[in-house]
Amino acid sequence: MTSIRETAAPPIEAIAPYEPGGVSVAPFRRFGQRFLANRSAFIALGFLVVLVAVAILAPWLTPEDPSRQHLTRINEGPSRDFWLGTDDLGRDILSRIVIGTRVSMRVALQVVLVATVAAVPLGLLAGYFGRWADAVLMRVMDALFTVPPLILALAVASLLGPSLNNAAFAIAVVFVPGFVRVIRAQVLAIREETFIEASRSIGTGPVRIIARHVLPNVASPLIVQVALGFGYALLAEAGLSFLGLGAQSPDTSWGLMLRGAYDFILEEPWPLIPPGVAIVIAVLVFNLVGDGLRDSLGRETVTLGLER
Amino acid sequence: MLAFFVRRLLLLTPLLILISFGVVALVLLIPGDPARQLAGIDAPQAEVTAIREQYELDEPLLVQYGRWLGGAVRGDLGSSIFQDRPVVTELGDRLPVTLSLAVGALAVMLLIGVPAGILAGTRPGSLLDRLITVFTSLSLALPPFWVAMVLVVLFAVTWRVVPAIGYVRFTDSPVDWATHLYLPWFALGLGGSATLARQVRGSLVDVLEQDYIRTADAKGLPPRRIIGKHALKNAAIAPLTVLGIQFAYLLGGTVIIEQIFSLGGVGQYFFVALVNRDLPVIRGVVVVVALTFITLNLVVDVLYTYLNPKVRLG
Repeated sequence: MTSIRETAAPPIEAIAPYEPGGVSVAPFRRFGQRFLANRSAFIALGFLVVLVAVAILAPWLTPEDPSRQHLTRINEGPSRDFWLGTDDLGRDILSRIVIGTRVSMRVALQVVLVATVAAVPLGLLAGYFGRWADAVLMRVMDALFTVPPLILALAVASLLGPSLNNAAFAIAVVFVPGFVRVIRAQVLAIREETFIEASRSIGTGPVRIIARHVLPNVASPLIVQVALGFGYALLAEAGLSFLGLGAQSPDTSWGLMLRGAYDFILEEPWPLIPPGVAIVIAVLVFNLVGDGLRDSLGRETVTLGLER
Repeated sequence: MLAFFVRRLLLLTPLLILISFGVVALVLLIPGDPARQLAGIDAPQAEVTAIREQYELDEPLLVQYGRWLGGAVRGDLGSSIFQDRPVVTELGDRLPVTLSLAVGALAVMLLIGVPAGILAGTRPGSLLDRLITVFTSLSLALPPFWVAMVLVVLFAVTWRVVPAIGYVRFTDSPVDWATHLYLPWFALGLGGSATLARQVRGSLVDVLEQDYIRTADAKGLPPRRIIGKHALKNAAIAPLTVLGIQFAYLLGGTVIIEQIFSLGGVGQYFFVALVNRDLPVIRGVVVVVALTFITLNLVVDVLYTYLNPKVRLG
C-alpha cells in the first residue's frame, strides 16, 4: 500500500492531456471510423493482411524449393521458369522472397514482443512506484538512448554471436528505452486521476489497480509505439542480416538475400531488386498502418525516438 | 549562460558513469568463456590464456571497470585484440573519413528536408504537399544500404559518372574527395531528410495557425516575409531539438554505408571489430559515439535556448 501522503504529491512531470475511457464502446467505434476514413492506412491494412497470410502460408506458396540450386542458371533475370529470376546459386528468388517474408515477419514480431514484455514492468515500476526505482531506471534508459540504435544493436548482436534470435534480441534492446518512456509518461499521467485515488481509498491493492485501471489506459499509446516499431524492426533485421549478424545461411531473409546479391553487384545487379522492393513494401505497410493507428487513437503524439 | 552550461555538465555525470559501466559490462553478453570466444574457436589454448590475462577477463567486473575507466580518462581505450594498434590511434586516423561522410549526409538531409518541409508546410493539403508526403513515406521505408547499392549500380556501374568505391583525402584532392562521397552522402542522408521534412512541415503548420502570424498577415506583410522572418524561427525549434539525435543516427548508419563504399572510416573499423568480436574496439567505438551524441545534444540545447528565450536559463 502506498501512503495517502504519497498519492497527494503533485505530479512532477508535465502531464499529457488524458481522456478517460477505453471501457465503453464509443471510443472503439470512434477509433474504427477514424481508421477507416484514413484511406492510405486502410489500404495498407489490406496489404498487411496479405503479408501476414504469405508469412503464415509460406511453405505452401513457394513455386519451388527455395534452397534448390540450378547451377547452370545462376544470376538470371525474370523468366517464365523463374518469375523473379535466380540468385548466385541458381535458386528461385521468388521462392526465397516468400520464405523470407516469414522470417522477416517472425523477427519483427519477436522484437516487439520481447521489447514489450521487458518494457511494461519497467515502465510501470518507474511510473507507478516512482522514487528511486524511477530515478535509477530512467537514468539507465537515458544511457541506452545515447548510443545510436544501430550501433547498440550491432554491438549486442555481435557479442551474443551471429544468429537470427540474437539479432532479434539485440534490436529489442534498442526498443526498450523508448517503450519504457512512453509507458512511464502515461502511467504518471493516469496515476493522479481521481478514479485511481478512489479505488485506492477503498483499499484496492497496487497490483489490482495496475491490472484493472492503469494497464488498459497505457495500452493505446503502447499499441501505437509497437505498430510504429514493426517497420524499424524489419529495417534493422535487414541491416543486421546484411552485415552477417542476423539470419545465417542456409536460412534466408531479405537482408541476407541482399548480401548475396551485393557480392555480384558488378556482374548482375538484378537480384538486388526483389528483396529490396519487398523490404520497402513491408516497411511502408507497417509505417502506414502505424501512422493510421496513431492518428485514429487520437490525442497522443508519440515520438518514437528511433525513426532512423 | 555559463552557469547553465556548467549545470548541464554536472547533470551529465551519472549518465557518463552509467554509459562507461555499460560499455565495460558488454563483456557479460558473450556466451560461455569470453576469452575463448574472443580468441576465436580454433585459437590455441596459449592464446586464450594470454587474452584472458591481458584483458583481465577472470577479474570481477568492477575491477575490469576500474582499469578500463582509469585508461579511458587518460585517453587510452586499449588495443584491438587482432591488430596491435591502440583503439584511440585508429579512431583518430579514421575519424576524418566518417565525419566527411556524416557531415555531408547532414548537409543532404538539410538541403532536401528543410525545403521539402517548407514547401509542404506552407501549402497543407495541396497536391505538392501530398507528393512530398509520398516521398517522405517512401524514403523512410528505404533501407539505406539498399539505396546505396542501387545508386552504385546506376551511377557507378551503368553510367560511370562517379567512382563506385574508395575514399580520397580532402587534402589530396577536394574534387576527388567529393566525387567519391556523392553517393554515400545521398544514401545516408535520404532517410533523415524525410524525417526532417515531416518535422518541419508539422511545426510550420502549427506555427502558421498562430495569432501573431495572422497579425503579420493583416498588417500586410508579404507571405515571403511572414514565413522567412516570423514563422521559420519558431518552426525551427522542434526540428532542431531532434537534429542532434538525427546526427547520431547518421553516425550509426555509417557502419553499413562505409562497408558498401569501402571508405575505411570508423564505421568500417567497427564492422571488422563486430565480425571478429574485438571487444576493446567495440567498447571504444560505442563510448566515443555516445560521447559524440551527448556533446551534440549539449550544443543543440544551447542553440535551443538561443532560439527560444522562454526556456533561457530555465
